[in-house]
Amino acid sequence: MSNEPAIDIRGVAKSFGPTTVLHDINLEVLDGEFFTMLGPSGSGKTTLLRMVAGFETPDRGEIRLHGDEVTQRPAHLRPVNTVFQDYALFPHMDVVTNVEYGLRVAGVKRGVRRERANAALAMVRLEGFSERRPAQLSGGQRQRVALARAIVNEPSVLLLDEPLGALDLKLRQEMQTELKAIQRRIGITFVYVTHDQEEAMAMSDRIAIMNQGVIEQVGTPREIYELPSTAFVASFIGTSNVIVRNGRTQSLRPERLRLLGAGTKVPEGSNAEAGTVTDVMYLGMMTRIFVHLDSGDDIVAVRTNDDSAGGATDVETGAHIVVAWRPEDAFALESELV
Amino acid sequence: MTTSVDSETKRGGPRALHASALARSRWRTAFLLSPPLLWFLVIYLSSLLLMLVTSFWSVNDFTQQIDHHLTGANFAQISSGAYVTIIWRTVLLAALVTLTDAIVAFPFAYVMARIATQRTQRILLGAVLLPLWASYLAKVYAWISILEKGGALNWTFSKLGLPDPNLGFTNGAMWIAFCYIWLPYMIVPIYGSLERIPSSLLDASADLGGSSWSTFRRVILPLALPGLLAGSIFTFSLTLGDYVTPLLIGGSNSTLIGNAIYENLLTGGNLPLAAALSTVPIVIMIVYLTVAKRLGAFEAL
Repeated sequence: MSNEPAIDIRGVAKSFGPTTVLHDINLEVLDGEFFTMLGPSGSGKTTLLRMVAGFETPDRGEIRLHGDEVTQRPAHLRPVNTVFQDYALFPHMDVVTNVEYGLRVAGVKRGVRRERANAALAMVRLEGFSERRPAQLSGGQRQRVALARAIVNEPSVLLLDEPLGALDLKLRQEMQTELKAIQRRIGITFVYVTHDQEEAMAMSDRIAIMNQGVIEQVGTPREIYELPSTAFVASFIGTSNVIVRNGRTQSLRPERLRLLGAGTKVPEGSNAEAGTVTDVMYLGMMTRIFVHLDSGDDIVAVRTNDDSAGGATDVETGAHIVVAWRPEDAFALESELV
Repeated sequence: MTTSVDSETKRGGPRALHASALARSRWRTAFLLSPPLLWFLVIYLSSLLLMLVTSFWSVNDFTQQIDHHLTGANFAQISSGAYVTIIWRTVLLAALVTLTDAIVAFPFAYVMARIATQRTQRILLGAVLLPLWASYLAKVYAWISILEKGGALNWTFSKLGLPDPNLGFTNGAMWIAFCYIWLPYMIVPIYGSLERIPSSLLDASADLGGSSWSTFRRVILPLALPGLLAGSIFTFSLTLGDYVTPLLIGGSNSTLIGNAIYENLLTGGNLPLAAALSTVPIVIMIVYLTVAKRLGAFEAL
């Protein structure tokens, strides 16, 4: 692994007509890491990915791949490959011809490229499907072909543009595990774009949270969840209660809140506020409790439904309760909630 | 027992209802289909069959009456001598027109489908379709006025100090006129197939290292092939059956199959020979369509 970052994005900005989609983006993706760009639609994450792939050029700034400046280089001359959102498999070619496409245009001999294409298909567990046309495959199988077609070229960086978006939940979870395993096995840098925070948390070494064309925070899943630096990050990753106390915006995770019956003694050193339960949602593994605080804020708390937690079922809509939290569980945020 | 009989009847109820509904819908389908089916069988297939039978009859040289004894003489006649030349001329011209139209139409359709803005696209599509509403004859006459001796082409050439091309009333004139008249029939299907290619496929090709040429050759062209073949069916068959353009703008060596049929039918009075000649374009088109079907042309229609 080289010392240069796999991707180095410096001062990149992009506008489409009057709409600015990226404001002055700076980002380093390290060699060999599973990096995710996470954000809602319109946050600019796909545009940024397309710039790394070479399908868009920035208005300003530069992009380096392993130290090489590639900002203006056309897509077909970059050492990156992409797994597209709609898979973009060539409908007139069978599976193995799709997979060996990159090798064929690179002039690799027929025997060698067949061998490598079959190895890539084995990696995604699609042996025996070589002769099929994309139209004869299920969504999950097409996804695997798209992945094999990209990794067979041994790119220095693999870009994945919401590749699991079209799959159902169960298949998506399977593919998350598999993608992570494949990334670890072949050791190349993965840059993954998604709007699904759970997916990002499950797979990534590091995550960049994007919103309205800026990067709000970059960090490991744990850092981003436990130390969100902006109100946007706090509310986008997991559920968060954002409240203003003493002129400071703070984030409170629902699972850190303790619900006490009115009149119960508040633990030493905890903050406590009284409120009324407005709704109770039983979700199987946990129960979500909505509370209207006397201060006027609406917050949500979560209780795990195991015996040791004391049972959340005793909380009823309309009950007067006290919400308590340790001061260290409330994080100060850099900006106001948008 | 009673309960089982009961449940049996209950189960039989909806099933019987379903069966009668199915029968009714079958009758309705038959009722709706019968007029077009009847039309197809009586008017279309039976006339084709009659023509085929006619082509095995002959004309009595003395009485000029049709002799209804079956004979292969007409086919012997058209497979030798002047008729072979005419058939070859027609097929070659149809092939040449198809090829030219394909070469002209492809870049035009490509610009229309993948490069032009939506506004330009509409304007171009209008420009392609507009001539289809003009009379065929008006278009041929327009070409006569351009290509004849005193026409615009000779005039332009003489002003440029070049020798007169004198294209009027030649096979070349016929080729130009056919290419012009059938061009929209080639552009529209190619445009349709090019427009349907998702741009992500082109991105994918570039992403995998394909140059513009590779992408064109390996992705765009194969995916446009059904449109190209569909267009070629139009240009080829329309040229194959035409007899007006050769009459108006062709020369003395411009007789096509259509003209030969026309002459035998109206001036020669040899209906069986005309019928035999009519089978030639039909057979050629059957062969052409079979090949086109193998290549997937009908997936684009």
